Amino acid sequence: MTAEAWQIVLFTIDVSALSTLLILPFGIAIAWLIARRDWPGKTAVETLVMLPLFVPPVATGLVLLMLFSRHGPFGSLLRQGLGIEVVFTWRAVVLACAVMSFPLLVRSAQTAFQEVNVRLEDIARTLGASEWRIFRTVSLPLALPGISAGAVLAFARALGEFGATAVVAGMIPRQTMTISLSIYQNVELGHDSAAWPLLFVSIGIVFVTVLCGQMISKGQRAR
Amino acid sequence: MSLRLHGVRLPQTGFTLEIEARIDQPVAGIFGPSGAGKTSLLELIAGLRRPIAGAARLDDTALFDAGASLHVPPRLRRIGYVPQDLALFPHLTVRGNLVYGYRPPTSDGERFTLDHVAAVMEIAHLLERKVTTLSGGEQQRTAFARAILSMPRLLLLDEPMSSLDSRLKQRLIPFLLRIRDEFHIPLIYVTHDAHELAALCDEVLVLENGRLTQRGPPNEVLRDYS
Repeated sequence: MTAEAWQIVLFTIDVSALSTLLILPFGIAIAWLIARRDWPGKTAVETLVMLPLFVPPVATGLVLLMLFSRHGPFGSLLRQGLGIEVVFTWRAVVLACAVMSFPLLVRSAQTAFQEVNVRLEDIARTLGASEWRIFRTVSLPLALPGISAGAVLAFARALGEFGATAVVAGMIPRQTMTISLSIYQNVELGHDSAAWPLLFVSIGIVFVTVLCGQMISKGQRAR
Repeated sequence: MSLRLHGVRLPQTGFTLEIEARIDQPVAGIFGPSGAGKTSLLELIAGLRRPIAGAARLDDTALFDAGASLHVPPRLRRIGYVPQDLALFPHLTVRGNLVYGYRPPTSDGERFTLDHVAAVMEIAHLLERKVTTLSGGEQQRTAFARAILSMPRLLLLDEPMSSLDSRLKQRLIPFLLRIRDEFHIPLIYVTHDAHELAALCDEVLVLENGRLTQRGPPNEVLRDYS
């Protein structure tokens, strides 16, 4: 593989890891709120969170483009307030990966929280624990295998993200080019020989990632 | 200890739990068939369920008063609860479970230290074990010890020995008596086992279809059910 191909691989791993880290706190919080609390608009939020799974990725990318472009509501705020440009930069790649992988994390974490025996949380209450302490010391540790599995799924999904990224970040060499985008571009240009190594590397990375996820989950359950 | 339940109503599937009672005895037993509302009554006293009407007081403090929209949260009630499945924290060691609700002793001196409670419950040698590796009897004693260390004003026990065979039950009854005699914690003990009630309780209240139908000394009340 060429140096440029390796740069693309490392960039893809970096943005996927960063997007997974970014969505973790929000994903855990929303998953817990959905699993353990009743509140107005819960079903609507639950549906909204799951939308990227079912809406065409290109359409999600278009929505992100409208929201985060220079004149979009979030884009103009970020540019004027913090001087940050999002679209057609590496940040747009992270954003697209985060949005597209968010439902997988939330779904896994939600199931994990729902599987925690409510009785344990009740007993913690009678032992004088606050809701925050119960979350930190009972719910979260017991849900951790499921959350870890969700994080691994989200990371793997981010590694393969294509449609939304192409729209909101473009295919700019050395700036926004990920493995998926590069494979697509090489095939489009008839450079199949350049696409094959990236294809095998991406399959290898996803395989190792999912394998690690399985091992972490099994290890935590066995403890 | 004086627990007063006045006009308490809690809807259940198929009936409504309606309780009017004053419980003063150090160890009171709640006896009744499955589905009579025994567990719901304990959860209501512990603060885990909200009644739609009525009020309750433990000694001189209110636990809830539906009329005044008062509901003291369970963490502030200082009422211990050992449910049927014990609900030990499976990811923690015995020590981790014991210190979870630990309130450092003040005027009660040495009785409520971890070492003493663990010694009385004979689990001192198990402190570093994961609770999932304990035998049934060891898990029961760990659950009792965890509740004791939170220094409750009242301890609610919901058929804690239902999953044990009769030989193990006989071995555990002295530990329950120690809670009463060594730590002076009043108990409300729910079971449908007449032998446990006779061995432990000063008074038995019979709950049927959500209503208290009978109360009195164990030998009198249980005579009708033996």
